[in-house]
Amino acid sequence: MTKLNTFEQAVETYEPVLGLETHIELDTRTKMFCGCATAFGAEPNTQVCPVCLALPGALPVANRAAVEATIKIGLALNCRIAEWTRFARKNYFYPDMPKNFQTSQYEEPLCEEGFVEVVVEGETYRVEIERVHLEEDTGKTLHVGGATGRIHGATESLVDYNRAGIPLVEIVTKPVPGTGALAPEVARAYTAELRDIVRSLGVSDVRMEQGSLRCDVNLSLNRPGEEWGTRTETKNVNSLRSVERAVRYEVRRQSALLDSGERIFQETRHFHEATGETSPGRSKEEATDYRYFPEPDLAVMEPSREWVEELRASLPELPRKRRERLQAAWALGDKEMQSVVNADAVDLIEATIAAGAGAAGAVKWWLGELSRHANETGDELAALAVTPAQVAELQGMVDDGRLNDKLARQVIDGVLAGEGSPAEVAAARGLEVVSDTGALETAVDEAIAANPAVADKIRGGTHAAAGVLIGAVMKATKGQADAATVRQIILDKLS
Amino acid sequence: MTDRIIDRTAAELAADIREGRLTSVAVTTAFLDRIAAVDGTVKAFLHVDREGALAVAAEVDAAVAAGEDLGPLAGVPIAVKDVVVTKGLPTTAASKILEGWIPPYDATITERIKAARMPILGKTNMDEFAMGSSTEYSAYFPTRNPWDTGRIPGGSGGGSAAAVAAKMAPLAIGTDTGGSIRQPGAVTGTFGAKPTYGGNSRYGLIAFSSSLDTPGPVSRNALDGALLHEVISGYDPRDSTSIDAPVPPVVEAARLGATGDLTGVRLGVVKEFKEGADAAEPGVIAAYEAGVEQLVKLGAEIVEVSCPSFAYALPTYYLIAPSEASSNLARYDGVRYGLRAGDDGKHSLEEVMSLTREAGFGPEVKRRIILGTYALSAGYVDAFYGKAQKVRTLIKQDFEKAFASVDAIVSPTTPFVAFEFGARTGDPYQMYLADLYTIPTNMYGGPAVSVPVGLSEGMPVGLQVMGPVLGDDVTYRVAAALESTQDVLLADTAPEIEGN
Repeated sequence: MTKLNTFEQAVETYEPVLGLETHIELDTRTKMFCGCATAFGAEPNTQVCPVCLALPGALPVANRAAVEATIKIGLALNCRIAEWTRFARKNYFYPDMPKNFQTSQYEEPLCEEGFVEVVVEGETYRVEIERVHLEEDTGKTLHVGGATGRIHGATESLVDYNRAGIPLVEIVTKPVPGTGALAPEVARAYTAELRDIVRSLGVSDVRMEQGSLRCDVNLSLNRPGEEWGTRTETKNVNSLRSVERAVRYEVRRQSALLDSGERIFQETRHFHEATGETSPGRSKEEATDYRYFPEPDLAVMEPSREWVEELRASLPELPRKRRERLQAAWALGDKEMQSVVNADAVDLIEATIAAGAGAAGAVKWWLGELSRHANETGDELAALAVTPAQVAELQGMVDDGRLNDKLARQVIDGVLAGEGSPAEVAAARGLEVVSDTGALETAVDEAIAANPAVADKIRGGTHAAAGVLIGAVMKATKGQADAATVRQIILDKLS
Repeated sequence: MTDRIIDRTAAELAADIREGRLTSVAVTTAFLDRIAAVDGTVKAFLHVDREGALAVAAEVDAAVAAGEDLGPLAGVPIAVKDVVVTKGLPTTAASKILEGWIPPYDATITERIKAARMPILGKTNMDEFAMGSSTEYSAYFPTRNPWDTGRIPGGSGGGSAAAVAAKMAPLAIGTDTGGSIRQPGAVTGTFGAKPTYGGNSRYGLIAFSSSLDTPGPVSRNALDGALLHEVISGYDPRDSTSIDAPVPPVVEAARLGATGDLTGVRLGVVKEFKEGADAAEPGVIAAYEAGVEQLVKLGAEIVEVSCPSFAYALPTYYLIAPSEASSNLARYDGVRYGLRAGDDGKHSLEEVMSLTREAGFGPEVKRRIILGTYALSAGYVDAFYGKAQKVRTLIKQDFEKAFASVDAIVSPTTPFVAFEFGARTGDPYQMYLADLYTIPTNMYGGPAVSVPVGLSEGMPVGLQVMGPVLGDDVTYRVAAALESTQDVLLADTAPEIEGN
């Protein structure tokens, strides 16, 4: 295999064109075409019926709540809502698809022609939405006995149909050119924005880790001024960070191939979380012919304009508006707010403030110490083992003078290591500011005695020299003193 | 002869049971005994449920004794085509791929039959997945025509028609995708109705072609058919294509027709059928024309209507129905139920699916899956499936235009009388011709019935009455009127079958 280019080399020579297909499981109480429950994590094959098991003779009935949720998503993405729309059958054989066709939409999707704007490094990118359509999820297959966990080489396959028939919304962008070196960040920002929009609508919990939001990342490269290249489609990229990494990897991989005069094959690829690499799946050129045709078991849908307008009027505050409101409330500059958004910390900070912290403290923790930690471990902020309530508790201890910054950082390390709440960690590790003034005064006296020259300088009015004495006191108290208090005692004694 | 329980019509039996002259157990036993006596010859049933039928009958008798108010067909036994799902009773659609499958649920029609307290005698034979016109494509055995056991009983619902013709059941359920109720009715001298598409729920009907499949009644006369029609019909929220409208008053229409007065009824005859009459046997045309003369004598006015697109109905059907079937039958893969072949640890999942379908489907089913897969495939879908949908619209428009000037349209039901076994299996197209006159109605979605009109070469001939969408009542009225001109029901003139 050709050696990869660095990302920087690649984007000097080539322009990436992005495309994103996102699947979102809706939170409806019942499935798309039957009355079965949709709860996550139930015992296998307990949420099934003749319809979602595709028993002979069973027929689908469309779930109105799912149609409504899809229209809301379409409206929030600035789409046109179809006046006439219908389902279609996508035919292919797979054991976790009970009917061996997926009821989906083809030429007449529910929503078309929308857009989403995302801001990356101060630049606004408009991502055009081609379509938003409604379909059903498949079951889940566990292939046992093979080396890869895939169907090839497996000795047996176990299928759970609980997920089969859960409503799934597919959101497809138009090709997104012009993102250059920021393609990975734009892909991530779009996915995050989409997730936030859907979450704000209350139609899905959009948990990437549970698979309720799944991304397929399309990417092609071309030299400036030339036609767009052949794209690859990396399937089931299931975290924001992975979206970014998948784009980055494909840019590097494709550019290396193109540099050595090879061609890119239109194919689907798998993303590997562990390595951040992609590997070939099936080739589109030998792919199934889905033989789409209109679903004869379901009636055409004609959403009335009154209904659509009612839904439009019922839309909640969307993320962009919300961010503007929060930015003002938290008194952040544009750049700082953008950092908050890019770190995916809006919800976390809001929850931290709701738990009692001040805005500045909440922002400082999530963008500072916690972001650093997340970067080191490669986790998303939300995946860290610390809750907004714990961050608020910690900040409260700092505000009360029980912890200083240094101690607080040690406490957070303990919390992240699973040692308990901030109070528990502080107690267990003995990390409390020394507030016993008697002990502090003794330490100050010792420091003055050990540094007579410095003491004279302070007596002479050079207050800045106090730092040396403060350092000595902190060392003596193993950092558990409040620096401001120490400074005050020193100045009191030497003036 | 009329002393035999099995010779009575369903309407008579229902009254006998309701008014205490007969018990349902006696009636049900009489039909079960008849099955035991002659079905070894006719072979109309794939499965007989003697115990289940008698249990329901006993309940009905207890209810009658308790003075309960029962429905119009309570206690009258019925045979059900094996394409309709029946909880706890084997349901195979006459395919090996569903051999041994016991459904865990009831079709809406089955529920309604049970709610009407009709004992289910058993499941009737058919062409596999309702694909065929002779019942020779049953994966189990062919059914014989009670009029001549060397001949086919029509199809796909040959079992239901033969069961009624041989008086093994007073009533039966059929399904009609291109003529599968009407053509068997015509060739066995029985009455069969394909209701308006959407007038009857398809929930629990094993799908062949979703946009065409329509369940309906099979009986010996129009009134019995109408009584059953009203039991099974009506809106079902579980079928999205079901029509939310009142059931057309078919019983009332059948009673009105039986008075023998068709004054003011305008009947269309299709010009293009007339011009193409050489496609049909002369004896069939003669019997049909004699029937039309009878209708005129009753006061009907005959109007010629032009339906130029009917000429394309057969090829259109053989694109749309197989296309839908290729997708509907994809679920039979050995994963969840039914036959599983090659599961020996040596074959991959894909191979098991393939081997299962290879072993489980018969030749006609495979032919149609291949046809449909081809018609829907990339590069061909517009020329085949897409074009067929357009022609379908033209056929609908032909009907709508015709019904602007006539109340109903009449034609022969099928171009030929029951043929001998094997006569058409060698050439699929010759078999497909059996549905020449019935298919246009399925394309349109309207109702049509076949009513016995006479004999040709000693075999029954049917007259078809087609109505406008939700105009099922007019088809029953005309059929009942034609019956009123017959001294004895044609269905009652079948030669006695030799026992097993």
